[in-house]
Amino acid sequence: MRKYRLSLFSITFLLLSSVVLAFIIAPLARLILAASNQELGQALHDAELWSSIWLTLRAAAAATLASTLFGVPLAYLLARTRFPGRAVVLGIVDLPIMIPHSAAGIALLTLIGRHSVIQRAAEPLGINFVGAEAGIALAMAFVSVPFLINAAREGFSAVPDRIEKVARTLGASRTRVFFTISLPMAWRGILSGMVLMWARGISEFGAVVIIAYHPMTTPVLVFQRFNDYGLASARAAAVILILVCAAGFSILRFIARPARTESL
Amino acid sequence: MTLELRSIRKRLGSFELPQLDLTVEEDEYFVLLGPSGVGKTVLLEIIAGLLTPDSGQIRWRGQDITTIPPERRGFAIVYQDYALFPHMTVMQNIIYGLRSRGMGRTEAIAKARQTAELLNISPLLERMPQALSGGEQQRVALARALVVSSGLLLLDEPLSAVDLRLRQRLQREFKRIQQQTGTTFMHVTHDVDEAVLLGHRVGVMLGDRLRRVGSPADLFRKPDDPDVATFVGMRNIFPVNDYEKGFCRANGVRIHIGERAEPYPHIWIRPEEILLSREAFESSARNQFPCLVDDWEYQDVLVNVRVRIGDLTLNVLVTYGSFEKLEIERGTKLYATFKSSAVHCF
Repeated sequence: MRKYRLSLFSITFLLLSSVVLAFIIAPLARLILAASNQELGQALHDAELWSSIWLTLRAAAAATLASTLFGVPLAYLLARTRFPGRAVVLGIVDLPIMIPHSAAGIALLTLIGRHSVIQRAAEPLGINFVGAEAGIALAMAFVSVPFLINAAREGFSAVPDRIEKVARTLGASRTRVFFTISLPMAWRGILSGMVLMWARGISEFGAVVIIAYHPMTTPVLVFQRFNDYGLASARAAAVILILVCAAGFSILRFIARPARTESL
Repeated sequence: MTLELRSIRKRLGSFELPQLDLTVEEDEYFVLLGPSGVGKTVLLEIIAGLLTPDSGQIRWRGQDITTIPPERRGFAIVYQDYALFPHMTVMQNIIYGLRSRGMGRTEAIAKARQTAELLNISPLLERMPQALSGGEQQRVALARALVVSSGLLLLDEPLSAVDLRLRQRLQREFKRIQQQTGTTFMHVTHDVDEAVLLGHRVGVMLGDRLRRVGSPADLFRKPDDPDVATFVGMRNIFPVNDYEKGFCRANGVRIHIGERAEPYPHIWIRPEEILLSREAFESSARNQFPCLVDDWEYQDVLVNVRVRIGDLTLNVLVTYGSFEKLEIERGTKLYATFKSSAVHCF
């Protein structure tokens, strides 16, 4: 009786799980299979596509690296301290996930638009936001930074606070404890947050397209080709982007994989 | 005096450590004993500087250190879960504190080797903490703390995560190291046996208050607080209902105690000074009562027999030999005899 119920349970859960997995895999597989060799061959020699992929990867990486500098200290504070208004700060961090990305783009545009104070201050330094790579990176950062902060926060939370306390009593300052204990112990969490943020930045369309239609990131390029030339033309670009991303993330996931003898 | 806590108070959320005064002497092995949740760890973290008291003062060798941060106090803490740095080798763990204080690498390594020698962990220096047994991890944690010690070591239930055998071995080792290094140890535990075995003096914390400080012998021979006495496992403590000249009444039983200064709200009848016999007999002991055996339990070398005298349940310690000779069973009728000097009034 017990065995029967257990297997019914397994079968039900396996079935439901397969449906959702198939739902993720099917469109991607269909897309890749549908693209003809000729299409792909053309795409491989498409300079516009490759420059857009390069731009996308670069802008997302810049957004991630810059956000790490500011996001990691915030993540540490959120993991380690209890202060009034902490819940509010946690909510603020999650805001970009909740608001529609086109709205996020509009909001960002009002802040860094052509006539904004920030744009005018940045102009003498040769920095342009709208229609430029810096703006693309900003848009990517805005919508994807929660992934970094949350992953890093979890990484820091997993470090037992007694370990930090011991280090203090042994004679280490807070700064030294952070760099020699907390950061090395949480780096996997931070790194996987960076990977996640980078991935989210690469895939961003809504916010980016409002800040910069040109230069074109690959998601914008895919959209533009679909609009102007139809499905077949967009398909090859999409396939190449997916393959490039899949390769990149596999490598990073491998680097950031949990250690086999994880303890404490 | 070495460490002095003056009117320390601390509130943490719903927890409150009410006013506390304590002095720990130089080279002393001081054990703070109490059930979990009374704030022993909070007190240790206040001494270490990890928590700031809401009020009061901490003095160390005559200096006020209340506001000095932990890294400049130098009171290393050893926790129950060892809290070794998992991403560092044993050697790196041990030299961490020395390096943090700016000591050169070569010198730090030499010093770490000496300490490792003292704790018999020299062969482990290149290992990672995950590859060590619980006892080894505990020794490494102790070495890491000792190597930077500036005279006071804080031990937070350091032995409660290891099994009984190993615990007993480590207890002896802790005692030896404390003597060899002349470091003042402040050791927190909920284990009465451990406190008695290790402590030169024992402080008992109950109900968020330091109820008693004294030598282990005093703790067991001269109880002055019924809650403390019960917590440390003392039996035969009874509230006194009524006094008469030379007598008192506890749970309705009239007990001869001789001349004592009144009032004494409690009496303690020492279980090892009560004699059980099959027949009543003449003696100089002024207390002899017929009683019935309730039950018994075997202890290390003695048997604790519970007998009832009316409403008074008395614990009596007898040897295995007497236990067999008396042919004790449930409901056996015996006589319990004790002198008035076996009764401690407090």
